Order: sequence, then structure tokens, then C-alpha cells
Amino acid sequence: MTFFLEQLIIGLSSGGIYAIMALALVMIYKSTGHVNLAQGEMAVFSTFIAWTLVQMGVSIWPAILLTVAVSFIGAIVLERVVIRPFAKADDLVLVAVFVGLFLSVHSLAGAIWNYEVKPFPSAFSDGSINLMADLSIRVHTLGSLLATGAVLTAVWFFFRYTRLGLALRAAADNHVSSRLVGINVSVMLALGWGLAAGIGAVAGVMIAPVTFLDPGMGLAPLIFALAGALLGGITSPFGAALGGLIVGVLEAMVSAYVPYGIEFRELIALMLILSVLLVRPAGFFGEFMTRRV
Amino acid sequence: MTTESTDITQALRASRKASVPLARLGYGTAALALLAATGVLEGYELFLASSILSYAIAAMGLNVLMGYNGQISLGHGAFFAIGAYTASICIDHFGVPFAWTPVIAGTVGMVAGWLIGKPALRLEGVYLALATFGLAIATPTVLRSDLFSEWTGGVQGIFLQINPAPDWTSLDLDQSIYLAVVGYFVLFSFLTLRLVRGLNGKAWIATRDNPIAARAMGFDITRAKTRAFVFSVLACSVGGALQAVAVQFVAPDSFPFFLSISLFTAVVVGGLCSPLIGPLLGAVFIVLVPNMTEEIWQGGSWAVYGGVIIAIMAIQPRGLAGMLGWTWNKLATHTND
Repeated sequence: MTFFLEQLIIGLSSGGIYAIMALALVMIYKSTGHVNLAQGEMAVFSTFIAWTLVQMGVSIWPAILLTVAVSFIGAIVLERVVIRPFAKADDLVLVAVFVGLFLSVHSLAGAIWNYEVKPFPSAFSDGSINLMADLSIRVHTLGSLLATGAVLTAVWFFFRYTRLGLALRAAADNHVSSRLVGINVSVMLALGWGLAAGIGAVAGVMIAPVTFLDPGMGLAPLIFALAGALLGGITSPFGAALGGLIVGVLEAMVSAYVPYGIEFRELIALMLILSVLLVRPAGFFGEFMTRRV
Repeated sequence: MTTESTDITQALRASRKASVPLARLGYGTAALALLAATGVLEGYELFLASSILSYAIAAMGLNVLMGYNGQISLGHGAFFAIGAYTASICIDHFGVPFAWTPVIAGTVGMVAGWLIGKPALRLEGVYLALATFGLAIATPTVLRSDLFSEWTGGVQGIFLQINPAPDWTSLDLDQSIYLAVVGYFVLFSFLTLRLVRGLNGKAWIATRDNPIAARAMGFDITRAKTRAFVFSVLACSVGGALQAVAVQFVAPDSFPFFLSISLFTAVVVGGLCSPLIGPLLGAVFIVLVPNMTEEIWQGGSWAVYGGVIIAIMAIQPRGLAGMLGWTWNKLATHTND
């Protein structure tokens, strides 16, 4: 039983991180209609910025806040300069551009900070809290779960109850109609990218203390976050976060109980993505998109 | 895409009418030049040429899928790996002559492609890209697994013992491998051209540009998509088999996630919808760029790929082949004036 609970906690802690990443994916999808393949790499890049700040002697919380701000602005610039020229392009061109962005951000991180694996300080105090006789939870785990919850609530509140959130949703849904009712679509697109990068930065600084920091860090979380986002529905922040948690727990359980499971974790994410897309493409909580033919 | 497709059909029609004998002469000369290179190049150059041609075969298939049928795959490295491993296991366990391994690899690949393609092809556009993106990330971990290590050699991989052609041919090992690769390259060039210019090609282009209209005109679009997918997988697994033979070694690390991205890059950089020249230029690009940049800077080829992809998408979405065609047309009109 203790073993099971331990695995559950491991699962929840990685699930929490997938959930934040999934939220970043939802953020971009809801506001621009694109799935950003470079999201993981951008998060890693942000984490490296935080690492540099910490190395320079800034303490961890201000460093995180500063990183989120820098990521927000950086992503807006990126959207303006790189993505905007392709606004009217078709899927193939967009995917190619995202792949290009993915490669560029990855190699830029490698060029600036090299490929050595670096430790990253936790934003929370070290040590752990005893829950039961021989079951304890690391403060970092608890902290990142709380951070996920906070980000999730903020995102949900933002989309549901603010004019800006509504405008973002409208802009993603239909550029022309949004423009007709007076929404500045161009600003909305940039804002979506900025917010997604900010959320991604939070995910990065939460995951780096666990996995350590190197430029290749973003790949595995991205695929699990993608599975989570699709499972819960890529249009629903709540669904995506829940999906991320489920994927994290599933990953931990399969690694612990299924023979060879730990080697096939990525394959499970792939199966999950395929089956969700085939059985219920909108995910559990997503809105079904209907298209005019 | 609609205007582009009329461009393509018009170009196809024009090129067919005007220059069939001329084109055949061109293809023949090119094939002969490839054969003649056996005597000219040696050692490492032959290996590079074999590498380029085997990647070009894979890129030809992927170009049919992405360029002509408009479906995006970021995971064809997985099928490249399936081909390479099938060929290696055939040579290592069953002593199959290396020149025949692509046939077996192609067959195995087609079955795998059909099994994965059947469900995956219900996805469209970005979603197919996402699913195949997952496939690309999952591939190396599966190859590394202890579960199949008896066959795949696990993390260590398999060293291949390859015998050159019989003595009377007086070919050394590099030359025999190169000749086999050229043989398959010519075969796939022929197949690709036939498919693309025939009814299949029309069905693919129609499905890409307007699935509803294509269906209304009587094309079975599911079958068209499946055919394009299976052909692309066939080409990739044959390319993978030839690559494994040329390197004489396979290991999980030879098929990283980056390989799938490289194949995607080859197609996009080479030029979508250019059946032969595009994949060939793309293959040259993905073989030579890492060769040149990795010495300078570890992540150099990622940076070059990334920059070049974005630049090409911004300037000339039809890639290097498109630029070549554009220059050619400019020159032609100038001389006509």
C-alpha cells in the first residue's frame, strides 16, 4: 500500500508539471489556434534564463518572476518577428515553421549554456513532510502541485471571467468576426504567445530541480504534456490540467507495475495520443469543433 | 494550395507534351552518371554517396506523402529504423545477401506502415503531425529496450558482416554497396515518377487540395491517403535498410528523434512536389550539413536546419528545387528575349 501511495505521489508530482505544460499548450491553442511544437524548448530556454539569474546571485523567487516577465516579452517578440509572417499559411508551412523554431531555440540554448547537465535549485525549501508512518512527500513536490493549482485557477479565471480572456478566445475562434466587433486580433495573438511562454517558464523552473537542466530536457515532458492536453481536451484549461495529472500518474504506475514499463513510457504517451485522437478527438472536456464544408 | 495545384497540373501537362524524349534522355544520362561514379569515387566518398542516395529514397517517399498528398509526418524516422533493423537482423541472423535485404525490409515496413497508418490517417493536418511526432520520440526508447535485445542487440546495436559482390566482378565492398544503392535509387525514381504522374498522383493532389471535391469526382480519398502513406513508408524502410548496409552498423542512437526531423527537413528544404530533384538536394543537405557543422559546434546542425527551414518557408516554400526552377525559368526567358 505504501509503495502504491509512493508511486501515486511520484505520478502526481510529474503530472503536475505536465499539467502546467499542457496549460501552456492550451493557452496558445485557445488564443491562436496553433499547437506550438517548440513549447517545451521555449520552457527550457526560460529555465536557463532563471538559472543564469540564480548564478548571478539573484535569489530564486525574484529570479522566477523576472524569468516569467522576460519570457512573456521574448515570446511576444518571437510571435511578431517569426510567426506573424506565416499567419495565412497552411498547416504544412506552419508545422515546418514550428519545427524550425523548435530546432533554433534548442540549438540556441545549447550554444549559450552548452550541453552539460546542471543542477537547478528548488523554489521551495528542501526536505519533506511526513504523511504517514513511512510515507513522506517532498516539499518541492507539494509546492509544484500547488503552483499547478494556482496557475490553473488563474488561467481558468482569466478565460472565463475577464474581457481580455473572452477577447482572446474570440480572436482564436474567428479572426474576421473578432475584428468586426472591435477586438485587436494582432495584439491578442501576441498576448497568447506571451502568456503561454510565461506559463511554460513556470513549468520549466518546477521540473528542472527534479530532472536537472540540459537543453534536451524539454522533449519528454512535451510529449506527455501533449498527451495530457489532448486527453483532457486542448480547448479546456481544466481538462488539460487534469489530463496532465492523469498522464503523470499513469506513467508512474506503468513504470512501477508493468514489466519493462519504464522503457515504454514514451510509447504509452504515443498510444494515448493516438487513441484519444481517434476515439474522442475533442478530449474529455474539450468543445467539439464543427466546420463548415 | 489551389492555385499551386493548377500550376502543377499545367506544368505536368506541358512537360509531358513538349519534352518526353528529352526528359528520358536526361534520366538515362543521370542514371549512367551515377553508375560511372562507381569507378571515379572511392572509399569515404562512395560511402557518402551511398548515404545521400539512401536518404534520397526515403525523402522521395516522404515527399509523395507531404508534397503531393499534403499529409504532415514528423515521425518517418521510425520507419527508417524499422527498415534498418529488419535488414540488420536478416544479415546478422539469417545470412541474407545484403542486396536483397531492402526487399524484405520494404515488405516488413509496408505492413508496419499499414498497421500504424490505418488509425493514424483518420487524423488530419496538425494532428497527424502530432501523432507522428510522438512516434519519433518513442522510437529510440523501444529500440533500446531489453525486451527485444536478443534481436536488436539492445543499446550495443548490431555490427554487420557484409560480403562484397563475387570476385569475378572485381568490385570492392564500398563499390558493391554503392551499386546496390544506385540500383534501388533508380528503381524508386522510376516508381515515384510513374505514381506521381499517373492516376494515383491525380488522386493524391485532388485529396490534398479539396477532399470533398475529390470525393465528389469519384476518388476514394481514404484509399488515396493510405496508398501515399504506405508508399512513403516503403521508401523510408528501403532507405533505412540501405543506410544500415552502408554504415554496416545499427544502434538505437543511430535513429534518434532528430532523424525524423532530418527527413522532414530534407523534404521541406529540397522542395515539396519536386519528385526527384527535391529529395536528392534535400538528402545532400542533411548528409553534408551535420558533417560540416558538428566539428565547429555540437548543436550546429540543429541551428542550421532550424534557420534554413524558416527562411525557406518565408522565401520559397518549394525549397531548393523551387529556387532552381525559378532560376532556370529566368535564364530561359532571358535567352528567348
